[in-house]
Amino acid sequence: MRTSKLLLTVAHRLAILAYIVVALFPLFWLLKVSVTPNDLLYSEGVRMWPSRATFEHYEFVIAHSAFPTFFKNSLIVAGSTAIAVTILASLAGYALSRFNFRAKYWIVALMLITQMFPLVMLVAPIFKMLSPLGLTNSLTGLVIVYTAFNVPFATFLMQSFFDGIPKDLEEAAMIDGATQFVAFRQIILPLTLPGIAATLGFVFTAAWSELLFALMLISGNDAATFPVGLLTFVSKFSVDFGQMMAAGILALIPACLFFLLIQRYLVQGLTAGAVKG
Amino acid sequence: MASIDIHGIRKSFGTFPVLHGVDLTIRDGEFIVLVGPSGCGKSTLLRMIAGLEDVTAGEIRIDGKRVNDLAPKDRDIAMVFQSYALYPHMSVADNMSYSLRLRRSTKEKIASAVGNAASKLGLDPLLERRPRALSGGQRQRVAMGRAIVRQPKAFLFDEPLSNLDARLREQMRAEIKKLHGDLRATSIYVTHDQIEAMTLADRIVAMHAGVVQQVGTPLDLYDRPANLFVAGFIGSPGMNFFEGRYVASGEGAELQLANGATLPLGKRLGIESGSVATLGIRPEHVVIADGGALEAKVDLIEPTGFGIIMHVTIHDIPMKIFTLDRAMLNPGPNVRVDLPRDKLHLFGTEGTRVD
Ligand SMILES: Nc1ncnc2c1ncn2[C@@H]1O[C@H](COP(=O)(O)OP(=O)(O)OP(=O)(O)O)[C@@H](O)[C@H]1O
Ligand SMILES: [Mg+2]
Repeated sequence: MRTSKLLLTVAHRLAILAYIVVALFPLFWLLKVSVTPNDLLYSEGVRMWPSRATFEHYEFVIAHSAFPTFFKNSLIVAGSTAIAVTILASLAGYALSRFNFRAKYWIVALMLITQMFPLVMLVAPIFKMLSPLGLTNSLTGLVIVYTAFNVPFATFLMQSFFDGIPKDLEEAAMIDGATQFVAFRQIILPLTLPGIAATLGFVFTAAWSELLFALMLISGNDAATFPVGLLTFVSKFSVDFGQMMAAGILALIPACLFFLLIQRYLVQGLTAGAVKG
Repeated sequence: MASIDIHGIRKSFGTFPVLHGVDLTIRDGEFIVLVGPSGCGKSTLLRMIAGLEDVTAGEIRIDGKRVNDLAPKDRDIAMVFQSYALYPHMSVADNMSYSLRLRRSTKEKIASAVGNAASKLGLDPLLERRPRALSGGQRQRVAMGRAIVRQPKAFLFDEPLSNLDARLREQMRAEIKKLHGDLRATSIYVTHDQIEAMTLADRIVAMHAGVVQQVGTPLDLYDRPANLFVAGFIGSPGMNFFEGRYVASGEGAELQLANGATLPLGKRLGIESGSVATLGIRPEHVVIADGGALEAKVDLIEPTGFGIIMHVTIHDIPMKIFTLDRAMLNPGPNVRVDLPRDKLHLFGTEGTRVD
């Protein structure tokens, strides 16, 4: 009995370990290449770690390339998109979760339909729409497009979080003397923080790594985001792997920081104790 | 404190009717208990009074003022939910003071109101805790505390004790009664629990399928149920029923059962001879006596500690007897019983009381 339990635990841990190794191996490779000096990149064959490590790629990327601009642009675009989407999706998700209104069915259907088209199909019409408005080659244009594309899914996500919060709580607040909006802001929203964190994180990473629209709507380095910027390391004749990987590692940092910041909310079951479970 | 007038209230969800015209007048300070089987519309009625559900038709007045179109916050009533619905991200003190903070009461006023409510309910040591760190009974108290910190026009309770264990329920029941004695607040209390209804109510409102069946004091409903539904619903174990044909004979009358046997009724009733009628008697009113007029076959004995519930068959009809006589723990295969005439309830063809 004891041993079989122990065995199960060990097997469980091993399975998780195997998964983590597989999932993180590409990241490790990214790191490894980013610290490999150019002269060793092809000469050493396949090794787990180069015989000599260097930070020269990082130095170059930070000091001599346009990468800091890309990075700043990405931060602005992804941050603004995440905030805009989360605000819109919270309000829309709450409405879908709590109210019955006439066009509800059709609004949901429309939102689902927007998720069905391959993005490639929409690039040309969107370019056509944005260019007379002066929104091509601009960060604002990107934020608008990303927001539009992320709101439907984020709305469904937020709706499911609101659905998880008992309606009794708002009703109690309304009887206590709150309006529906005050009940939403003071009672429901604080309890949805895990959902808001998840939505923020999801949208931030999606916008952070989006390539297609960034490539199509932006030309030139000034408004380029970092996924586009990575491509500048690919020249006609060669790919600067070391610098590209170093840039990749640097690009991971904000996403990691972001999740570190919100993970407290992601794992916290704030509603515990609200109603008898 | 206030009176509540409910006039011709109807409610439909979509096309599905739930309440079919409810009339009820609740006096200032009265404790009303709503009882009825699951799904009969008790919660719906309560929520309409609170303003959480729209009124399909009819009128609700609180203190003489029509409130049909008032938002819950403007009705000035308090409600205790079955789920307690405590705000999980607020401490007990903040939970209780939320309504006062929304009304922008002064700090001193809030502190004294919360302090008063907390000491009434024994919550003083818990004020800084979050709801999740409380036991079920403590959460229930906080929910009560949240209702009593302000002086609302009325208290609404929707099965507030149904999540507690039996012992705690008994204790809270007594506390609610005491609290009502202190505050004298108009209260409407929904419950499934017979004992809660009988012990707490000034008047009980028995509902069935969206229609009020009877309104009266607990003893009214127990002694003179207005129809078969109330007769069967109030009392535990439930009333025994004999269905048959009413036959007037000479000075008296009798009930002819399906198997041809007759039960004497003692007096004549205002219904037509030959019509279908139902006779009811409570298990605790059946008398076991050696010289009894009826023979009952004993099927099962259930000792409850306090008394004994006997399952018997009389004239092929199963019924229950409640007795305090310990000798009945080991009765023979048959006992003789009497149905005292002054304890009989008689219901006519439509199921309404006829005696
Ligand atoms: N939002 C709703 N939409 C549709 N039907 C509803 C809704 N709320 C309640 N009902 C229906 O109305 C009827 C009465 O419900 P209600 O909750 O008032 O019953 P109840 O007497 O409180 O029952 P219980 O004792 O089980 O709490 C039920 O048949 C229920 O299915
Ligand atoms: Mg109910």
